[in-house]
Amino acid sequence: MQRLSLFTKCLIIFVVLWLFLRFFIGSVWSVPLPASVISMYLGLILLAILVHVSVEDDRFREFLRPVKETLADDDRRTRRTVLFVLIPLVMLGLSFSRLSTKADPPAVLRTAHPAPPTELEYRDKVIGLTQEVENPFRHLEKDDTEAFKAHVDNGRRVYYQNCFYCHGDDLDGEGHFAHGFNPPPANFQDPGIIPNYQESFFFWRISKGGPGLPPAATPWDSAMPVWEDHLTEEEIWDVILFLSEYTGYRPRTFGEAAH
Amino acid sequence: MYLTKHSSMNGSKNRLYLLFGLLVMYLLLTVVTVFAQDVTDTEYRPFPGIGSRNAAWIAAQLHLLFGSFILGVPMFAVVIEFVGMKTKDKRYDKMAQEFIKLCMGAFSTTALMGGVLVFILIWCYPKVMNKLSGIFGPTMIFYVILFFGETFTLYLYSYGWDRMQGRVSKMWHLFLGVLLNVFGTAIMFVSNSWLTYQTSPAIMGSDHEPIPLHDESGAFIGTLWQAVNNYTWMPVNIHRLIGNIAFGGAIVGAYSAFRFLAAKTREDKAHYDWMGYTGNFIALCGLIPLPFAGYWLGREIYMFNNTMGINMMGSLFSWLFIIQAVMIGVLFIGANYYLWSGMTRIAGGERYARYRPYMIAIIVLSVAVWMTPRTLIMSPTELAAIGGPNHPLVGLFGLMTAKNTVVNLIILTTFLSFLFYRRSGKTPTVGWSKVGNIVIAAIVGLAVAAIVTIGIAGFKVASDFRVNVLTPIQVIIALAVMILVTIIDLIMYRKAMRSSEISWGQMTDRSQYVLILLAITFTSLMGLMGYARSGLREAWHIFGVMPDTSPDAHTPLLADAVNMISVIMVIFFALVGFIFWLGLWGDKKKEQQPSIEAEATTGDD
Repeated sequence: MQRLSLFTKCLIIFVVLWLFLRFFIGSVWSVPLPASVISMYLGLILLAILVHVSVEDDRFREFLRPVKETLADDDRRTRRTVLFVLIPLVMLGLSFSRLSTKADPPAVLRTAHPAPPTELEYRDKVIGLTQEVENPFRHLEKDDTEAFKAHVDNGRRVYYQNCFYCHGDDLDGEGHFAHGFNPPPANFQDPGIIPNYQESFFFWRISKGGPGLPPAATPWDSAMPVWEDHLTEEEIWDVILFLSEYTGYRPRTFGEAAH
Repeated sequence: MYLTKHSSMNGSKNRLYLLFGLLVMYLLLTVVTVFAQDVTDTEYRPFPGIGSRNAAWIAAQLHLLFGSFILGVPMFAVVIEFVGMKTKDKRYDKMAQEFIKLCMGAFSTTALMGGVLVFILIWCYPKVMNKLSGIFGPTMIFYVILFFGETFTLYLYSYGWDRMQGRVSKMWHLFLGVLLNVFGTAIMFVSNSWLTYQTSPAIMGSDHEPIPLHDESGAFIGTLWQAVNNYTWMPVNIHRLIGNIAFGGAIVGAYSAFRFLAAKTREDKAHYDWMGYTGNFIALCGLIPLPFAGYWLGREIYMFNNTMGINMMGSLFSWLFIIQAVMIGVLFIGANYYLWSGMTRIAGGERYARYRPYMIAIIVLSVAVWMTPRTLIMSPTELAAIGGPNHPLVGLFGLMTAKNTVVNLIILTTFLSFLFYRRSGKTPTVGWSKVGNIVIAAIVGLAVAAIVTIGIAGFKVASDFRVNVLTPIQVIIALAVMILVTIIDLIMYRKAMRSSEISWGQMTDRSQYVLILLAITFTSLMGLMGYARSGLREAWHIFGVMPDTSPDAHTPLLADAVNMISVIMVIFFALVGFIFWLGLWGDKKKEQQPSIEAEATTGDD
């Protein structure tokens, strides 16, 4: 049996990895990778292959040999003809699929972590949002555990009365209405949500909602209501305590450990 | 011989450029205070054609790129000269001299660009300059003094090279080199104070909290030293200091690659191959600690102002950091590629080739993690299928704990590449070499396991614990491994048998294009990060104190910024190319000289 050329081996590796990214990840996690990520990873795979084959001259010549043979050798005329027909056809198909009108709107760059203002007005009261600002009831966690538990319980009540329809009963963003929204509601069970934001950030997002998103937070289409119209300041701080207590994730702080 | 002739050939030309640049700088810096004091009503003047902001942007970036080069190169030139003196190997001395020769060409352009920048700032932003010169006036005079000091030290250092070759005078020459670096570093620190003050006009309190240097009306209430030693001054100083070394090495590498590709003789190819290798080695030395310095700077920006920090990494400029990851990925892949290519010119280097596919896999996988954004680009259909902007698997790659982990892995792999390169062509003579290798493998293996485990734990812990405890531990592990393995390796290979010499000049052309690519990537990376650093102020000349009310006050889109940086890069490389070409041109003149002399002699006969 004829040994596979280096070029063919590399081609097989590339195709296998493409299949892995395109289908295997989707079937294991039941969630496919977006096209932007697949093309990014394929670019890197191609780069890795080219790096591997081109470091040494001999290997690079070996890699290019079938390409040169296909282009120049007389006994490769059939392969050459097939490729010369096939490649433009593939390009045509790709161009057609890219340029043809689709019902799907284009991909968007979303700013999921907008920068909060340094202060906000909450019902005629100015609340600072700098890193020093903490949940006013957070200290009870050490000072008065009973009172702290009462605030968490109040937060639980507020959550299940107002938030769970979208954010889900397990706080995982899988509420009844969740699939009707784009962007979907936040998944607080994701390790990248609660630990990445400070409590003051949550206060800002809950109180001002989608309409209060800053200019940088494109495309400004969050369906989050403006909860300052419905909840008291204490209720918002309580629900933030509940989010943290339920999931086990601590919001970002600039506490003593930061110094 | 060539260097001496060439120095004298270009010497008068350089002197002219230099004097002209100095004159422009002197005139412009002298009028800063006087001019700015008279202007109180005019806030802005438009710059014709391209607008004030773009004009200042181009001039500042070009000044900074050239400045970075001329500050970085003397740092390693003096070290190489010292190595040459210690080893008594004249090649080092000549290479260091050639580096400084490149500096001379770029020095006058730096001064000219600085002059142009000052002119644009005074003309277009008189009120800002008035405010800044009101606070920093004395440092501006100090800057001019330092500039004169640097200029004349560079003169003495460069033109005195051949003359100061004696044992004692060589020491004096080295002292001049050190002095040149002292002046250069001081100049950068002074100018850094102005721009970092614009970003963070506050000092650090005892509890790390920012203490503003202005009252509510915007009046300055601090001291000059407090304004200089502002919140982000030292992190920027350190970041730029290391960055200059890396950038200087990369540009020298590109110059060597250019000369290698143009070389006609085997000797020239060997010389520029060696020089390119040295440039890449220096760039790597700078590149490895650079992410750590950048991490510190980023952390200080967060501590100074949370909004600014989130704007940088999570909001306005977050996509920029994805581009940054791509670029740094290119830098590390390119630098490793060059090292691996270099191993092919050493007989015995092929024994390490079997590790290469694994090293490529580790680096590429790590780069893949590093460049995966937290919020993925996807169509609404994909968004609905995934159920949110964060993928359950690759969404985790977007978090800092994943990124910090892979950065350490990339750095360790690059270190191993260099270790293998160093070992190529050598055989250890110590009896415990096998045990030594097992110990090294165990140290590296354990370190990788520890870094990955800590990275995974980072998903579970509170963020301040991760930022202040886990990430520093990862960095300490990576640094400790590099130091420990280097010590073991040095002892193991101290009396090693050299089975083959390095065949300098036997490099592929591809590897030389990689050196040029590295310089281009460094340049665009500096441009992009400059845009981020400056853009973080948003619509403020001095953050929170002096608003930018000019027509250009908006923050440019990333696409606009990339276009602008690309234009600047083209101008920079056109100018650098011209300086490189001057070097080649001088060589051609030198080659023609003997034949003309020979003809003249024949004629006489």
